Amino acid sequence: MVIRYFEKIGNNTLYHLEDLGRMAGFLAQSFIGAFKRPFRFSAFIRQIRIIGADSFWVIFFTAAFTGMVLGLQGYYTLRKFGSEGALGSAVALTLIRELGPVLTGLMVTGRAGSAMCAEIGIMRNTEQIDALECMAIDPFRYLVTPKFLATLVSIPILSLIFIVVGIFGGYVAGCGLLGVNPGAYFSGMAQSVVNQDINMGIVKSLVFAVLIVWICAGRGYFVNSIRGAGFGAEGVSHVTTQAVVLSSISILVWDYLITAIML
Amino acid sequence: MIQFVDVVKSFGAQRVLDRVNLTINSGKTTVVAGPSGQGKSVTLKLILGLLKPDSGKVLIDGQDISKMRSRELNRIRTKFGVMFQGVALLDSLSVYENVALPLEERTRFSSAEIKEKVLAVLAELGLGGHENKYPAQLSGGMKKRVGLARALMLHPEIMLFDEPTTGLDPQKSMEIYQLFAKTQKQFGYTSIIVSHDIPKIFNLADQVILVNKGKFTIFDSPEDIQQSEVPEIQAFVKNTMGDIYLSREME
Repeated sequence: MVIRYFEKIGNNTLYHLEDLGRMAGFLAQSFIGAFKRPFRFSAFIRQIRIIGADSFWVIFFTAAFTGMVLGLQGYYTLRKFGSEGALGSAVALTLIRELGPVLTGLMVTGRAGSAMCAEIGIMRNTEQIDALECMAIDPFRYLVTPKFLATLVSIPILSLIFIVVGIFGGYVAGCGLLGVNPGAYFSGMAQSVVNQDINMGIVKSLVFAVLIVWICAGRGYFVNSIRGAGFGAEGVSHVTTQAVVLSSISILVWDYLITAIML
Repeated sequence: MIQFVDVVKSFGAQRVLDRVNLTINSGKTTVVAGPSGQGKSVTLKLILGLLKPDSGKVLIDGQDISKMRSRELNRIRTKFGVMFQGVALLDSLSVYENVALPLEERTRFSSAEIKEKVLAVLAELGLGGHENKYPAQLSGGMKKRVGLARALMLHPEIMLFDEPTTGLDPQKSMEIYQLFAKTQKQFGYTSIIVSHDIPKIFNLADQVILVNKGKFTIFDSPEDIQQSEVPEIQAFVKNTMGDIYLSREME
């Protein structure tokens, strides 16, 4: 009984170490793929459209309503201290440091990350990845690297869009509906936002981009090696759910870690 | 030449190939047959380097691919053309893009040269006019022909076919076999065919390998199989090749 218990712990540890090693190799190969020829520029542009441009409206509406909620909540909280003029600073700092990159990361995970995982998982199950290998075509360079680079470019831009739209959402709620002085809203923002805040937002969005592709594409790529995932369509479905959950949690964990390091 | 030297391959506790030896000569057609789940597809994957043996050597033209790094393996793989059981066409690419893929990725031909070569091969295999269709819009037989066209684009020295006629009706199967014979004559490749389509597939074979319980039994001709005294092979003959005569009478 006791031996079996320890055997189980040992097996689980070995499995997770093996999985981690596999995923580390996947990340390295995807990165190295960017330096291998021929470059797949058209695939990179196509992925920017799929991951970036096609996510625009999701990001726009999420940002607009998040900014409006921040405007409302911020106004009623700040009014208790007679500091309604600081609303612009509060909305901007919250969006730049935290909500812009985090919510962009979560939305892209749900929209593009899940699709990425399912697409690669199905390609694995239908031997399309084996076919690439047999044609001596590096599947990392061909399949994953364009997604990797496109996500690295798209997430910071989408985060920037999120922040700008969110600030205007806060403006609509705070200045348009609740009567905060528009001059105070924007001037307070200009005074309180410093380079370190912007750097934190950029670092977070880049780290989240890596996490999304690494976890979502990686889980799809190794769909048949994941214990308990099942086979065929069930396997892809299970792994896609797992990828979205894992990616979302990782974004929140890394958000805390980066904040703790950079503050 | 392809050689297996004392190859062992296991999955967990199941030993799929048990110290097997094999020689496949250049320019010949070898058929790999046997009951399901006995290691036929594993044999193909070992030849392609998609799986590594637990012990023993897999030699391609004298080079052991089981110990190669991925770059060397990719160089060896340029000798291969593969037609998978499910064809494995990239389903987001059109017929033209699928067939052009090996040329675009592995050669420095201009777009115009690639277009000329691809359209020529598609016309040769009776796929002219279908180049803009996607795999989901093709019939089973057409998918197989597109798979063959893609595999032949780089003039491989060795062609591997994994269950090439699965899911096709007898007439389409016969068309595919005729296409194999025609393209082999044209390109001169070594052909390895894993198939259940017994005894028809034996018409193409120069050599037959029966895989059973982790062992290879090699026959120089399909007729030799019928004369085997091994009980498992006799049972296999009874279940499969007994149909040869029925089939010929029917034909």
